Amino acid sequence: MKGIKDRGGRASDSLNQRFDAPLTRRIALWLPASLFLAVFFFYPLGHILTLSLDFSAITAGALGRSLSVLGFTLFQACLSTVLTLALGLPAAFLFARYRFAAKALLRTLTAIPFMLPTVVVAAGFNAWLGSRGWVNIALMRLFNLDSPPLVFGGTLGAILLAHVFYNTTIVVRVVGNALAHLDPRLEQAARTLGADPRRAFWRLTLPLLRPSLLASILLVFLFDFTSFGVILLLGGARFATLEVEIYLQAVQFFDLPLAAWLSLIQLLCTLAFSVVYSRAVTRTPGPSAPREATANLRRPQTLPQRLFVAGMAIFLFLFFIFPMLSLPVRSVARLEADRGERGQVRYGLTADYYAELFVNRSETLFYVPPLRALGNSLGYASLTVILSLGLGFPVAAALARPGPLERLLDPFLMLPLGASAVTLGLGFIVSFGRLLVSPWLVPLAHTLIALPFVIRSLQPALAAIPERLRQVAASLGAPPLRAWLVVDWPIIRRATLAAAVFAFTVSLGEFGATVLIARPEYPTLTTAIYRFLSRPGGLNYGQAMAMATILMLVTGAGILAIEKLRLPGSGEF
Amino acid sequence: MLELTDIHKSYLGRPLLDGISFSVAAGETVCLLGASGSGKSTLLRIIAGLEISEGGSVLWDGHDLARVPVHLRDFGLVFQDYALFPHLNVAENVAFGLKMRGLPQAKINSIVTESLARVNLGAFASRRVTDLSGGEQQRVALARALAPGPRLLMFDEPLGALDRSLREHLLEELRQTLQASDVPAIYVTHDQEEAFAIADRVLLLHDGCIVRAGMPAEVWREPGSVWAARFLGLGNILEGKSLGNGRVDTKAGVLETACSHDHITGEPLALLIRPGAAASGKGANQLRGRVTDVVFRSPVYRVTLADGLAFDLPTAPQMGTEISLRLPASAVECLA
Repeated sequence: MKGIKDRGGRASDSLNQRFDAPLTRRIALWLPASLFLAVFFFYPLGHILTLSLDFSAITAGALGRSLSVLGFTLFQACLSTVLTLALGLPAAFLFARYRFAAKALLRTLTAIPFMLPTVVVAAGFNAWLGSRGWVNIALMRLFNLDSPPLVFGGTLGAILLAHVFYNTTIVVRVVGNALAHLDPRLEQAARTLGADPRRAFWRLTLPLLRPSLLASILLVFLFDFTSFGVILLLGGARFATLEVEIYLQAVQFFDLPLAAWLSLIQLLCTLAFSVVYSRAVTRTPGPSAPREATANLRRPQTLPQRLFVAGMAIFLFLFFIFPMLSLPVRSVARLEADRGERGQVRYGLTADYYAELFVNRSETLFYVPPLRALGNSLGYASLTVILSLGLGFPVAAALARPGPLERLLDPFLMLPLGASAVTLGLGFIVSFGRLLVSPWLVPLAHTLIALPFVIRSLQPALAAIPERLRQVAASLGAPPLRAWLVVDWPIIRRATLAAAVFAFTVSLGEFGATVLIARPEYPTLTTAIYRFLSRPGGLNYGQAMAMATILMLVTGAGILAIEKLRLPGSGEF
Repeated sequence: MLELTDIHKSYLGRPLLDGISFSVAAGETVCLLGASGSGKSTLLRIIAGLEISEGGSVLWDGHDLARVPVHLRDFGLVFQDYALFPHLNVAENVAFGLKMRGLPQAKINSIVTESLARVNLGAFASRRVTDLSGGEQQRVALARALAPGPRLLMFDEPLGALDRSLREHLLEELRQTLQASDVPAIYVTHDQEEAFAIADRVLLLHDGCIVRAGMPAEVWREPGSVWAARFLGLGNILEGKSLGNGRVDTKAGVLETACSHDHITGEPLALLIRPGAAASGKGANQLRGRVTDVVFRSPVYRVTLADGLAFDLPTAPQMGTEISLRLPASAVECLA
């Protein structure tokens, strides 16, 4: 994000002498988004704060509970971060230092989870290691067992594994990038000065990597700390983190003051980590002579190198492919008895789980066919695209040529990023409780989450439009709309599409806020998957697999589209 | 004493170094001169142990270094872009090699101070290396390589990134530093002026082989091949055929040479005519030509004739006029 900001700033410096929009016009550009944020972010946030500061609601028991929840949140985040580093650092080394077959493919594979919705990841791990997953069913058949031998769901291990799966790509990208751009001659210079390989690493490579190491540790920790969907779906209520506890208090126990109090703790922690992170990132000294990323690449030569590259690549491949592959395959496989079929168990391929999506079973908790959830999700996603582009475009246009007003307001735009999705959802509940019957709140919450990203991806494209081109077009006789069509649109088309696809996929996969505010009669894909996963029976399980597969495929197509549309160089963390 | 025997190395399937042998005696500065891509940097890296040769050996006082890792060779290397450690300040950079040798801190401090003083950077000890200018960085790199007192110093185009006047200044400093120490040095460059200024001995590297070796003046006087004369920019090269008795038929007419070789009549030859050798007027080895270009190169004029030959004359002729020049037979050299 820092990169995008810089690009926008630099491009505009050379242009803003020629472009001085009057203040009224600038205010007009800011107005819609500011109003939106005021009503749907700052107002709910204020509600949460006033609620949380009403200490009369905080009993000694509640205080003890929140402390233990905070303790567990920190504990699992630390443990997850350590494990992520344990996999991520060798992986970063592998990608930064070696050439090997199918490297680009493996790299993409490790990057995909980061963009996948949490319910998909949870469903994927469930399909792989869960009680109805491949491993357990294979073991049961192999050894003729009556119950699944491997306990995965509801364990700390499940949470940790999913976190490693999610965040390894951060370490690979941040540390791997730094490693790839490290001048190899620095290490060689150290060697000629008498340092053996071990000392060259400790004295040189490690200190030079320290800023990127620190940044990736903090980033991974932040994601693990605020993780919600994975913990709720894989860990269950036993492993309540701050996020899960906020959700439980708000939705199951209706203790809104306590939920607000937990939200405050969560916000303060996130804020503290973010400050440490941005300080770590800004203090990074640039390398004296950054190298081409390829300068450090070589094929593995010695036997230990070959073993490392082959072993690491295979492990990464299996670790990342299993959850992603188990899910779609499980969604078309019949491996166990369905409800009511006590006798013969049929095995084989089946399209039943997909067919069942069209059926409204009377015993389902919500009275619509599951397919309606898909329809709702698509509708919400479309609304999110329209809203976030409509609100984001004017702001991005103003930010593309920033004046004092922009510098003042810009930080406020990014604030929703600091609040967790669950906190946003809680804010909606405490502020608009009686409107909750309306399905409209869901796309509004999704817009809140997508808006900062939409603005950040539109802004550099808008800043890149050379003002002179439009002036030339005008001087050649093009009326304003025509000039916009021939000059502006071709330049911003890709960024606009990318932003739209991004908003769409974010809305489709959003779980944290949605699970708090979506009404049962208006389920979304993610809430429907959550419901199906938490209910017994092979058919429910199969439907969860089917819907998660649909969500995974749609999101995957979205990720692919964004990659293709992305401006080169923009959009790092 | 460093000795290289029959070093081979290929790059992307093509031979880069094709049997390099030479030695460097104590206190001697040897300069490897060659075009970019001629493999001279690779040769340095092989000597340093940073790369492995495919054939031949590197010997120090008769011992093969093949199994001696980089950090135990005790060879200092000054890299092209200096490769200063960005997270360490000037003094810490210089101290790095001393720390690796496990010297006591007091000893390290005194050597660092002394080394920095030697390169006129005494006041820079606590500066960040990223804040230094190119010339200052180069000096830190030199001090860092010198500080541990290596038994051999190597320079990989150390002045390549600097502007001309600074380069000349630093070259002079470097020459004096190398002369004052009796550490043998290998200096790699593509710049012949640099090479001639600093080297006790010059090795010309071409097509993976050393095509000429000798003291700078010897190499300058007798480049030994058309390629070497061209690469060193020694002057006009004229191709022709021997007519016997030192007379050669060229496109500029029949020229008398002072050639002492035996040439068969009709044998193709290449002649080197140095720009300063000609004088205006008539006489033996008469050359005529129309003036197509005149450039003042203090203190003479570089005059180019229509046939491409260029000469340095004390006065500037009119452009487009036909002039006559004479060449003493001794000024027409035969390139093998």
